[in-house]
Amino acid sequence: MRNIILLIFLAAANLVQAQDWEDRKLFGPSNAQQVLRVLSSTDVVYLDTVLSDFVRTVDGAQIEYLVTGTADINDIIRKDPDAYDVVISSAMDLQVKLTNDGFAKPLRTIERPDWMQWRQSLFGFSAEPAAIVVNTAAFKDLGLPRTRQELISLFRAEPDLFRDKIATYDIRRSGLGYFFATQDARASETFWRFTEVIGNLGTRLYCCSGEMITAVAKGDVLVAYNVLGSYAATQALADPRIQVIVPEDFATTMMRTIFVTRNTSRPKLAESFVAHLLEAAESREPVDRLQLPPLESEAGRELQKVVPLEPSLMIYLDRLSRKAFTLEWESAIIQ
Amino acid sequence: MKFLLVEDNVELANAVISRIKMDGHVIDHAEKIEDAKLFSDTGEYDLILLDIMLPDGDGRSFLEHHRARNRNTPVIVLTARSEVSDRISLLDLGADDYMTKPFDHAELQARCRAVLRRNHGSSQPVITIGDVRFDPVAGQVLVQGTPVKLRNRELRLFELLINAPNQIFSKQKLFDRLFSFDDDVSENAIEVYIGRLRKHLDGSNVTITTLRGLGYRLDVK
Amino acid sequence: MNDQNGDKVNIAGSLRNTLMISLIGGALVLAVILYLVVRTYAAQIAQSTQDRILSASVTSILDAAAIRNEALSVELPYSAFSILSTQADDRFFYAIHQDGRFLSGYEHMVFTETPNGQMKFYAGRYDGSDLRIATGSRRLVGANGQTTLTVSVAQGQQSLAGVLNRISRNAGLLGFGFFALMTLLSLWLTYATIAPLTRLAASVQRRGPEDLRPVAAPVPAEMAPLVGSLNSFMRRLAHSLDQSEEFIAEAAHRVRTPLATVRSYAETTLQRVDKLENRQALRAMVRAIDESSRAAGQLLDHAMITFRADHLRRSKLDLAEVTGDLIRAMRPLADMKDVDLDLSATQQVWIEGDAILLQNALRNLVDNALKYAPAESVIQIIVSDDPANIRVQDSGPGFPQDEIPDLSTRFTRGSNAAETIGSGLGLTIAQDVAVAHGGTLILTNRKEGGACATLSF
Repeated sequence: MRNIILLIFLAAANLVQAQDWEDRKLFGPSNAQQVLRVLSSTDVVYLDTVLSDFVRTVDGAQIEYLVTGTADINDIIRKDPDAYDVVISSAMDLQVKLTNDGFAKPLRTIERPDWMQWRQSLFGFSAEPAAIVVNTAAFKDLGLPRTRQELISLFRAEPDLFRDKIATYDIRRSGLGYFFATQDARASETFWRFTEVIGNLGTRLYCCSGEMITAVAKGDVLVAYNVLGSYAATQALADPRIQVIVPEDFATTMMRTIFVTRNTSRPKLAESFVAHLLEAAESREPVDRLQLPPLESEAGRELQKVVPLEPSLMIYLDRLSRKAFTLEWESAIIQ
Repeated sequence: MKFLLVEDNVELANAVISRIKMDGHVIDHAEKIEDAKLFSDTGEYDLILLDIMLPDGDGRSFLEHHRARNRNTPVIVLTARSEVSDRISLLDLGADDYMTKPFDHAELQARCRAVLRRNHGSSQPVITIGDVRFDPVAGQVLVQGTPVKLRNRELRLFELLINAPNQIFSKQKLFDRLFSFDDDVSENAIEVYIGRLRKHLDGSNVTITTLRGLGYRLDVK
Repeated sequence: MNDQNGDKVNIAGSLRNTLMISLIGGALVLAVILYLVVRTYAAQIAQSTQDRILSASVTSILDAAAIRNEALSVELPYSAFSILSTQADDRFFYAIHQDGRFLSGYEHMVFTETPNGQMKFYAGRYDGSDLRIATGSRRLVGANGQTTLTVSVAQGQQSLAGVLNRISRNAGLLGFGFFALMTLLSLWLTYATIAPLTRLAASVQRRGPEDLRPVAAPVPAEMAPLVGSLNSFMRRLAHSLDQSEEFIAEAAHRVRTPLATVRSYAETTLQRVDKLENRQALRAMVRAIDESSRAAGQLLDHAMITFRADHLRRSKLDLAEVTGDLIRAMRPLADMKDVDLDLSATQQVWIEGDAILLQNALRNLVDNALKYAPAESVIQIIVSDDPANIRVQDSGPGFPQDEIPDLSTRFTRGSNAAETIGSGLGLTIAQDVAVAHGGTLILTNRKEGGACATLSF
């Protein structure tokens, strides 16, 4: 009885924080001695199996899985770092900065290659390329472009067809969009040319991958550029109206990353959770417990253009840099 | 017999000379190695008595000289030095025997005889009295041609007597010659040896006559 | 001469140890210095490397600044941060200020103002991490006047610490390797330095005691004075030994010659004297002379034997032959007393020894036997092997049973020897010779009567 009151009380306290979670799910027994609070930007559906597995293998452990946006996660952790034990986010730059600023706890027992981890604190566990999503019907006769160059040629060949039918992230509103754009810009000169081309065609700007995919499916736009591939692929399975293309010239690939907060009250449990997740991400046998694209081997990484976990990611978070990049982007895309 | 005495100490030399002469021998005396070489090169000696420490050098150099000239006159070295240091080299250099000073004349005589016997050379003739022959060098006594085995003292006693037949020897005189000074026997011990000698001469025509109060005499019947 | 203190050497320190300790100690000090110098120098280089990287980062940011449309625009070059990637994933912080006003980066990072165009490097702390900070500034001139941009980049020291640790370990290994090498070298050097000394000591030790030749083998220059002194000392020793031998010989000569003179005169005189008292007086005189000459002789022999036993000249010799020679020499003496010397030496008995000493010992034993043996008795001399020994047996009165242990002590004579000439040194000499040869003199009385003296080796 007292427990119930306590739970209500705690729930009330959460409400007082006025935090609107996109999703919130509890794993494991409700009477568990220790509760691991996981703050994540990844939808619970992708990690459901892994989380259930974990609470099953560890006695008396409960996971409170809280889902919110990457920017929110950044803000929440900076404001109240001790309230959460594990942080999962797809925004590599923010995660790196959080780690650099000392919010992450080094995990000594976990071994990962250099590019997959930073400061022994931040670990990547999925590789997700930025993809191009196209409307199946529109491209039936055109043939699917395999590279950005082919796409540009297509745009140039059929400007009327694509006018106002191209979608991409509004980098001013989307952290992921900004991230993909900066990485594209860094990876290739083609990016600015491409941006100018689609700018000329009157590109529509979106805040999120979901909206873009929906728009492609409906035929509102024919091409969506730099959509989160894993997300699109899931959609494409169920929706024949769209097709996902991972460009063959290079595919900017981001990692979802995880870290344990510095002052976690359950360091052991948190660390074993991270180990469990990384292990699940690595070995897809016998069943695919993690519905996310795996990190490729060293060889595959080159093609995938996985953005390594490096402090230099922080450069795009700089106010001045962001301002300069955004200005340039604006001048290219808004005409 | 003819001796050559090489001795630088005149006193000692005189004492030795008079003692040897007393036994009826002839003796020349050299005080230096030089003289000794001269004597030995020119004269014939039965035996050389050689002192080792001489004013003009070591007696050993004389020995070398002597042996180098192939003279086989036996040499008895008289040394006052420690036996320990000298002996071997002396014998190596060809001395036939050696004696340490001071020496007993009886021992000197004994050694002379032993040396001469070894060297088979002496001017001393074999003495014949009656049917008894005596070879002083070989120490052999033949009674009617048959050798008679005499003990050393008996032999020396017999030699004394045969050297001067018909002469009377007092008991003391014989005692002095027969016994060394550390022999603790009385002069009457002579009677025992006279008795033994008489037994050896049994059957010959030579007898030892006792002259009461005077001594003994060798007679031929 | 050869008492216990003689062989004891007063030792203070060891050349080998001193040399080794100095060399190894020196090597240790050098190794530590080497370690410190290498480490310090490497640390400086590592630090300056970090400084150069920080400086490059700061400079690239400063260079990226431009005034566009009358506003300051700074687009941080990717390289400004990417060059700061380190092995240890060091944290880094930066702050950009315009005319002292915070523009971007970490607002609370403390930095030092630097004049335009200069770069400052200094240590600092931020958020619990030790940092190395580089600060540089640049003046930009626009239409509305000039503005100063100050950029500070700070990096954690973890990677540098890792580098320093590696350097320290390597410097330590270098120092240790150097030390180990030097230690080996020291051991070899010590060995090489000490070797001539050891060789000299061994060669001197190996010499027979009578070998007093100078050391002829070449020695290092530093040892020349020692070897020179040693040679000169040995020369003097040889000289003084020769002299003592000469002295003993001379002493014997001086004592014995006059005795010989007196004895000869006494003997001659005895032949001419008939009166009993006079004869007895002369005989007593001769006996006294004999006694004193024998005593002098034995004393000198004893001195000579002590002298020779100290540096025994050993050579391989046949005990049977040595005994035979002596018995031949003594036979005339025995004959005079009608005593038979019966030598029984059926086999060769080889020992290492000094023939003169052995013969002297044996002479004293046979002399003794001759003295006490009754006339016309037999003295047996038996040489046998295993262990090599010579037995001299007579049929005299034998040793007084209760005095046997003391008989070979100097000047002791048996109580039954009152009437016999002898100084009492005979057995002592025999004993000394036996001991010098590592043997013993055993005195016993025979069951059938008579003494038995055994020289056993």
